[in-house]
Amino acid sequence: MMGEKVLLARVGRADSRSIGTYVADGGYKALRTVLTGGWTPEKLTDEVKKSGLRGRGGAGFPTGVKWTFVPKDNKGKPVYLLCNADESEPGTFKDRLLMEEDPHQVIEGIILSSFAIKCRSAYIYIRGEFYLGARILNKAIEEAYAKGFLGENILGSGYALDLTVHRGAGAYICGEETGLIESLEGKRGQPRIKPPFPAVWGVFGAPTIVNNVETLACVVHIVNRGAEWFAKIGRNEKNSGPKLYCLSGAVNRPGVYEAPMGLQMKELLFGADFGQGMKGGKKVKAVIPGGASAAMLTAEEIEDCPLDFDGLVAKKSMLGSAAIVVMNEDTCIVEAAQNLSKFFAHESCGQCTPCREGTPWLHKVLTRIEEGRGRLEDIDLLERISNQMANGMTICVFADAAIAPVLSSVGKFRDEFRYHVENKRCLVGPRSDDARPSTLNPQLVAS
Amino acid sequence: MSHRRYNLEESGRPAEFPADARARIDRILTRYPTKQAALLPVLWVAQETWGWISKEAAEEVAKILDLSPAHVDGVLTFYTMYNLRPVGKNLLQFCTSISCHLAGAERLMDRCAKRLGIGLEETTPDGKFTIVEVECIAGCDKAPSMMVNDTYYEPMDERKLDALVEKLSADA
Repeated sequence: MMGEKVLLARVGRADSRSIGTYVADGGYKALRTVLTGGWTPEKLTDEVKKSGLRGRGGAGFPTGVKWTFVPKDNKGKPVYLLCNADESEPGTFKDRLLMEEDPHQVIEGIILSSFAIKCRSAYIYIRGEFYLGARILNKAIEEAYAKGFLGENILGSGYALDLTVHRGAGAYICGEETGLIESLEGKRGQPRIKPPFPAVWGVFGAPTIVNNVETLACVVHIVNRGAEWFAKIGRNEKNSGPKLYCLSGAVNRPGVYEAPMGLQMKELLFGADFGQGMKGGKKVKAVIPGGASAAMLTAEEIEDCPLDFDGLVAKKSMLGSAAIVVMNEDTCIVEAAQNLSKFFAHESCGQCTPCREGTPWLHKVLTRIEEGRGRLEDIDLLERISNQMANGMTICVFADAAIAPVLSSVGKFRDEFRYHVENKRCLVGPRSDDARPSTLNPQLVAS
Repeated sequence: MSHRRYNLEESGRPAEFPADARARIDRILTRYPTKQAALLPVLWVAQETWGWISKEAAEEVAKILDLSPAHVDGVLTFYTMYNLRPVGKNLLQFCTSISCHLAGAERLMDRCAKRLGIGLEETTPDGKFTIVEVECIAGCDKAPSMMVNDTYYEPMDERKLDALVEKLSADA
C-alpha cells in the first residue's frame, strides 16, 4: 500500500518550487498556526516528541528529545539550527528531491524547528555538488524574506530568524553532525569528540541542533495535522510517520517512494506502486537496506522485513538513510564489497588511526581478492581488520559504517569469497568492467 | 581530484579579486559571526573567479579572512571540489559509487577517457575536458549518473555520452 503522499504531495505539481504555489497549496499555514496561534517553543517541542518523529538522516534519534538537550539557561549565547543537507550516503537521493522540488516545505520546517529551539540564525549545510539545490533554496529563501516568513518580526509575532545556505565542497564526513559543524566554522570537516554534544557546545561554541532535511519537512505536517495523526502512521509509535525510501539498483523502477514507516521490503521491491520487480526477472541476491553504511541482507532476510528503525535493527542492519540498493544474481559480492570499500577508503577524514589505516587496508585486501591475487587467509584478515577498527576505537562512527558492508558480505557470502580466492574469478562470471582504473592514492593500493 | 591534493600550485600571477567578487565576499561575511566561517563560501568565489585555486589565490583569501595561509591550505586539501590546478572547460564527473557501479559506470568512464585520449584527472590538450571519478552524487535512481560542471546528466549511456561530448567539443 502506498498510502497518502505527505512529503511528496507537491512533487510533480507545476511550478512546485515557487512560494506562490506553495502558499496556494496551504504552505506556511503551520508557521502561521505556531507564530500567531499562541504556541510556545515548549508546546511545539512537545508535539514533535509526541509524534514519535525520529531523525531521517541515519541515526534515528528522536527529534523532539534532541531539541530538549539545548540548555534552558543558555547564559545569553545564541542557539543555532543546522539543516543537514549534506546527503552523501551512497544510494541516497531523497533530500535532493525535496530541496529541488519543494524547497519551501523544507524552509517552513526549518523556521518552525528554529522557533522550537529559540534559534535566531539557521544554516542549511548543503553538499557542494547540489549546485541546483542551492540555487533553488537561495531563491526560495529570498521569496520567504520578501513575504515576511524570514527576517525580523515574522508574521508580526516578534520572532526573528535569518537563514543562510552554506555550501560544502566535497566531503562525505561533513554529514556527521560534528564534522558538519567544524566545516561550517571554516575548518576541515573532522568530527569532534563527544561529549560535549552539539546541543550544548556546537557551532561557534553555542548550543546547536543538527536535523536532516526530511526530518525538518516532517515538522510542518506534525503542526498541521497533529502529533497523534503522525504517530498513527507506520508500524508502531516508535517507528512512525511518512517515510521516503530511495530505491536503486536491479529493479524495474528505481526512484524515491513515500510510504508509511515500516513498509515491507518485498513490497518496495516488487509492489506495483513501487519498484515493480526485478529488472529482467532476475533473482534478488543481496540488498543494502540503509545506504553503504548498512549491513547487506540476503534474499532470505528480506522476507518479512519492515523498513523502519527497529525492523532493521532486528535484522542486525539499519534503516540509515533508507537507501535500498538491490543487487541481483549476476552481481559479484566481492566486487560490490570492493566498490563499497573504495568509498570508505576515499572518504575517511584521516584523524583516527584505525579508520585512516583500516579503510584503505580493507580496500587493498578486497581488491587483491577481486583481482584473483587473494589468499584464503585474506578472508579472515578482512574480519580481523574490521574488528580492530570500530566499536569505540575512533572519534565518530565512520569506521563502524565502513566495516558493515565488509563484515556482512564476508559473513553472509563466505563461499563466494572462497570461490574467488580459489578460482581467481567470480562465481557469477567475468566482472563487468575489466581494467578499470583506480583513482585512489597509489600509495594506498600498492601491494 | 583525489590523489593530487597535497600541494597548492603557483599560478605566477598575483590574485586580486575583481570588484564584483569582492562585493560578494563582503555580503557573505555578513552572514556569519566569525570571518573563518566564511572560508568555504569565499573559496567558492575564488574558484568561480579563476576556475581553480592557486597558492596566490589561497593567500589572498587568507589575508581577507585574517587566517593563516596554512589553515587555508589545510582546508583546501581536505575538500575534493576545490580544484588545485586548472581544469578543462568541461569537468566530466563520473560517479562510480555502488548504484552507478552496478549500472556500469566505470565502463562508461573508461570509454570516455579513451575517446578523449586522457586518463583520469587529466585534461585534454585543447583545455576542453577534464575527467574525474567522484563518489555518490545522489543520482542513484538514474544510474549511471554524472555531472558536467554544475549540471547533472542522468541516466547516462554510451550513445548519450558520445552525443554530449561531441556537442561540448563543438562549442567554442
